[in-house]
Amino acid sequence: MSRPGDSETAEAKHVLRLYVTGSTQRSTRAITNLRRVLESELPDSYDLEIVDVYEHPEAASEHQIIAAPTLIKLQPEPVQRIIGDLSDTERVLRGLGLPAKGGGDGST
Amino acid sequence: MTPNTTTADPLRKAASGIAGLDEITFGGLPAGRPTLIAGAAGCGKTLFALTFLVKGATAYDEPGVFMSFEERADDLIDNVSSLGYDLPGLIADKKLVIDYVRVERSEIEQSGEYDLEGLFVRLGHAIDKIGAKRVVLDTLEALFSGLGDGPVLRSELRRLFQWLKDRGVTAVITAERGPEGQLTRHGLEEYVSDCVIALDNRVDEQITTRRLRVMKYRGSAHGTNEYPFLIDKGGISVLPVTSAGLSHSISDEVVSSGVAGIDAMLGVGGFYRGSSVLLSGPSGTGKTTFGSHFVNAACLAGNRAIYFSFEESPEQIVRNMRSVGLNLDSHVTAGLLRFESSRPSLFGLEMHLVLMIRQIDQFDPAVVVIDPISAFRGSESEIHATLLRLVDYLKVKGITVVFNNLVNGDQDDRNEQSLSSLMDVWVGLHDLEANGERNRGLFVLKARGMSHSNQIREYRLGSDGVTLIEPYIGPHGVLTGSARIVQEAQEEAATLERRDEVNRRKREFTEKKSAAERQIAETREALQREEAELLALETVDERKEQILTASRSAAATRRGATA
Repeated sequence: MSRPGDSETAEAKHVLRLYVTGSTQRSTRAITNLRRVLESELPDSYDLEIVDVYEHPEAASEHQIIAAPTLIKLQPEPVQRIIGDLSDTERVLRGLGLPAKGGGDGST
Repeated sequence: MTPNTTTADPLRKAASGIAGLDEITFGGLPAGRPTLIAGAAGCGKTLFALTFLVKGATAYDEPGVFMSFEERADDLIDNVSSLGYDLPGLIADKKLVIDYVRVERSEIEQSGEYDLEGLFVRLGHAIDKIGAKRVVLDTLEALFSGLGDGPVLRSELRRLFQWLKDRGVTAVITAERGPEGQLTRHGLEEYVSDCVIALDNRVDEQITTRRLRVMKYRGSAHGTNEYPFLIDKGGISVLPVTSAGLSHSISDEVVSSGVAGIDAMLGVGGFYRGSSVLLSGPSGTGKTTFGSHFVNAACLAGNRAIYFSFEESPEQIVRNMRSVGLNLDSHVTAGLLRFESSRPSLFGLEMHLVLMIRQIDQFDPAVVVIDPISAFRGSESEIHATLLRLVDYLKVKGITVVFNNLVNGDQDDRNEQSLSSLMDVWVGLHDLEANGERNRGLFVLKARGMSHSNQIREYRLGSDGVTLIEPYIGPHGVLTGSARIVQEAQEEAATLERRDEVNRRKREFTEKKSAAERQIAETREALQREEAELLALETVDERKEQILTASRSAAATRRGATA
């Protein structure tokens, strides 16, 4: 699947896309929650693109968006989707394939 | 958010374009409102929904969006290309959008609150792109498996249906039938209150019949029966072959039976156009031959005919009929005659009816033969009901139909009695067994609205077809075959004898008469002679008298002079 030389860097860098619907509370919350998790768990090793499906409706079909907000982890594989405002950090970490914090309640 | 009654016109309908469905619903699905189509897997839900869109796009100028949760666009396109639906063409013409929605549970992690706005955006975008008036969601239930059946999904579905109404699109939502008599697995019917259609695929005596029922249609009358429907290369057709009642117009036009002898037995010289004719008889009495004569006559008159055969293949009938001098091939080539052969066990009775009516609709024949109705499986009442509908349908169209019916020659078939009320003309074919021979006899049991012969007529199937033989009815009934020939010979001899006797008497009389006449003439002569003699005598006598008188007066004069 991945070329030999690339494998390490690809594994290191998370490619993420967050689909939101305008600037609703839920969208804003999702962005805030995601940023917080990424800054603490993957500082500088992620690539996040935020897409407003109201502005790019074609992207919603193209990337099979049903729920909003939806976070898609494109890299590393496997592709994973996390739906909701990402307030449950445990589940966000699991979705991103990152180790859960021991006994953490996700509020940090 | 709550469903209310603000929909513009509750009676506005969007024609589905599915043959028959629009008849049952008196115009189609509720326009601008959602309709639920529920049914088990393999019932044809997807095809129904897709047909609704394709017809909308092609026939009613209403572009549509197909949101598929189960099949990819490519699979959909392939699946319906055999039905003649050119989805890629419609997509290119901006008449159709297919949006495949993939819901893969294993890929989805849920974290916090969400809504289905993504779905709304996609749907809204697709609708706006082509100005869609119709929307199909096939099947929404995939969302339950992908997202879990929770309050969020439920409230979002409620919002979705309201949103569809607000957009004013006519929507079809498909759903899997639930277990144990539940209409749908996830209770989607609670969100769709306007129109609910159930599809069913039942196996009865190893014969599968698809059926459709309109379970609910708010604000509109609708047919409530279960109607069979058909999926074949012509697409979907629902067959609401309801009894048309008895309001059809009637005709005085006469259609030949194709056999001169039968025409002659019927007071008007044939069947009235649009009448139904029952031709019943045991095997080997030539029912198929009579049927072939009938279509042959119609084709020779330049009319179209359909021969529905449930026992023989078209080739076999054509070959066999050649032996009785009927060249059906030429009619087939000329496009006037169509054979439709199928095994009766291939479909249920309803489906046969559906198929026949579809063929009749397409071909528009003047006459139809159904050979034989005894091949149909089913209860007597079901057969009766089916035939009643077929007869009504044909009457409305003014098509003359001959039903062949195989009966057991020995006993009166009760089935036949119930058939009789449907039939305008009933011709019975019988085996007449006597003196070690089996001959064929034909008679008209009934013929509504015309006088008809009461004779049993013997007929022969020869190289020139059916020929009726002049009947011999003697003191011991009808004689047929060699008995008839013997009897006829005897009759002829007796006739000759009688004729001789008459001639002899005639001669005798003539002689007697001339003798008498001679005698009369002689007598008259004698009388005349006598009369003449008498006359002569009289004259002599008178003269004597005169002389006497004269001499007497002369004497007196002489005496006076002396006195």
